[in-house]
Amino acid sequence: MRDVTMTRREWLLTDRPQSRMQARLGRAYVAWRRFTANRLAVIGLVIILGLVVLAAFAPLLAPHSPYIGDLAKARLLSPGPGHWLGTDDQGRDILSRLIYGSRLTLQVVLLVAVIAAPIGLLVGTVAGYAGGWVDAVLMRITDIFLAFPKLVLALAFVAALGPGIGNAIIAIAITSWPPYARIARAETLTVRNSDYILAVQLMGASPWRIVLRHIMPLCISSLIVRVTLDMAGIILTAAGLGFLGLGAQPPLPEWGAMIASGRRFILDQWWVAAAPGFAILIVSLGFNLLGDGLRDALDPRGSGQ
Amino acid sequence: MSMMETRKPAGRARRRAYGRLKSVAGFLVVVATTYLGLLAVTFFIGRVVPIDPVLAIVGDRAPAHVVERVRLEMGLNLPYYQQFWLYMKGVLSGDFGTSVLTTNPVMTDIRRVFPATMELATVGTIIGALLGIPLGVLAAVRRGSMSDQVVRIVGLVGYSVPIFWLGLLALLVFYARLGWVSGPGRIDVVFEYTFTPVTGFFLLDAIINRDWAAFRDILSHIILPASLLGYFSMAYISRMTRSFMLNELGQEYIVAARAKGLSEARIIWGHALRNAAVPLITVIALSYAGLLEGSVLTETVFAWPGLGLYITNSLQNADMNAVLGGTIVIGSVFIAINLLSDVLYRMLDPRTRTR
Repeated sequence: MRDVTMTRREWLLTDRPQSRMQARLGRAYVAWRRFTANRLAVIGLVIILGLVVLAAFAPLLAPHSPYIGDLAKARLLSPGPGHWLGTDDQGRDILSRLIYGSRLTLQVVLLVAVIAAPIGLLVGTVAGYAGGWVDAVLMRITDIFLAFPKLVLALAFVAALGPGIGNAIIAIAITSWPPYARIARAETLTVRNSDYILAVQLMGASPWRIVLRHIMPLCISSLIVRVTLDMAGIILTAAGLGFLGLGAQPPLPEWGAMIASGRRFILDQWWVAAAPGFAILIVSLGFNLLGDGLRDALDPRGSGQ
Repeated sequence: MSMMETRKPAGRARRRAYGRLKSVAGFLVVVATTYLGLLAVTFFIGRVVPIDPVLAIVGDRAPAHVVERVRLEMGLNLPYYQQFWLYMKGVLSGDFGTSVLTTNPVMTDIRRVFPATMELATVGTIIGALLGIPLGVLAAVRRGSMSDQVVRIVGLVGYSVPIFWLGLLALLVFYARLGWVSGPGRIDVVFEYTFTPVTGFFLLDAIINRDWAAFRDILSHIILPASLLGYFSMAYISRMTRSFMLNELGQEYIVAARAKGLSEARIIWGHALRNAAVPLITVIALSYAGLLEGSVLTETVFAWPGLGLYITNSLQNADMNAVLGGTIVIGSVFIAINLLSDVLYRMLDPRTRTR
């Protein structure tokens, strides 16, 4: 029987939740309040939501085609009405290319996260829970990958696989999972000896069930924070590969590759290279702000640091 | 009685020596396996991932007998474990194969270009540390203030900016428009024949030769790329300095120092920063390693004749031996720097000594 005078806010913040759902909603509400109290984090969230909207509605928002330009009349125009960010050497509207490029950026970030995070989570939780030689071997492998500088390893992989956005994504994912494994292992070590794990063990749960159902969910929140913070780095690596001609191939409007093609005109038509770089800066700044905010909201322990 | 007294400390010393030996041995095993793994990964990339490693090296227009000869030379008819053994023996004796692009042994090329990268990263780290530490201290001391926010934003932008793009814009503004610095490259053509490298670090060489005109020229070439890398490492160093300082400033010995009536400057710089200095050394070492990596893109933009440019040029020409050689060298430097910072940490922080 709920008190009728209870407001929604009181219902969420009650310290005696009546159901699981109420407890969950209450926790989410507290995290959300903590998150929105951080102005920079909200700016980051707005930037990323903006990116998603751009990518989703690119055909509606882009004023021109990103692939077909007017070579005769619209080559290397300076920014102005009609072409708000100018045109490139093939007469293509830069703003439209940037808008379509947001799809590639989002694709890279999401695919890398979807590939790398589960690998890291699995390796880390198994290593942490199993202990012994399994732990030693898995962590040794993780350390080997951590010993490589990320960009250089990705470069070598793409060199062997051949250029292209798909291979770039694979290469970045291969270089991204080790920190996630480290985090997942650390989280696993803190919970593996707790009473609730002991209780499930006594009930006869198999090690796989314990890892998958009872340990992994606890690692998720710190993993989400870390992945969000890493997204800026992923974007920068992908842009760097694109800049070197190893990522997305022309005519794809990938931002890094756009900077590379604008490089030849940097002295006179600087906006061709400047605009995509600015887009990269804004989006990776957005991910960094969002990640910082999420860390403070989800993990109050580290917020003072 | 007297025997007991003498035996006891001797036994303890032996136990301590044994313990230290054991930890050193464990350390060496870790380094050795990491290095072995590094070689295994590069071997995998060079021999297993490409559909045909011979084509990756000689190109697809080579005549059939050349392909066959290279295949035998590379030992590709052998099973993988024997190939790996040969590969490992070669790499450990400094043989990375021959570069297709320059026709030199890759090791010779790397020895030529590596000092340029080292010099750039060193100057960059110095700039980054000189700016980052004071900014981090400032942000920690005035926590939550306007200056803290500004340092934070400047740092976040440093984390988020594509360094090659910033390099292009910096070249445009400071070289092309304002003419404050020299453009791409390491040294002006004018000095090419009069300047004799000694150490490969051009700034040092100019000082040794007392060639001040060359020194000014080299400085004006290095300042822009080094400042960019410095900005990059400043972002990291200032953030870590802030967090270490906040940690130290919350300790009780700071309260004690305040109660004693020490000046605030003395407390901050003499007590808190001194205690934060040990982990900071690790941070600076790591950011140095990071700059070696960041140099790949920066060197491409500034036509800086270092390892990064060498790797990217080789990539563009599908010169796998050179790419993998460069990767191994950078990976080795990474491992070495990690090791060094770990050892320094143990030496400098007395708390980690007794365990």
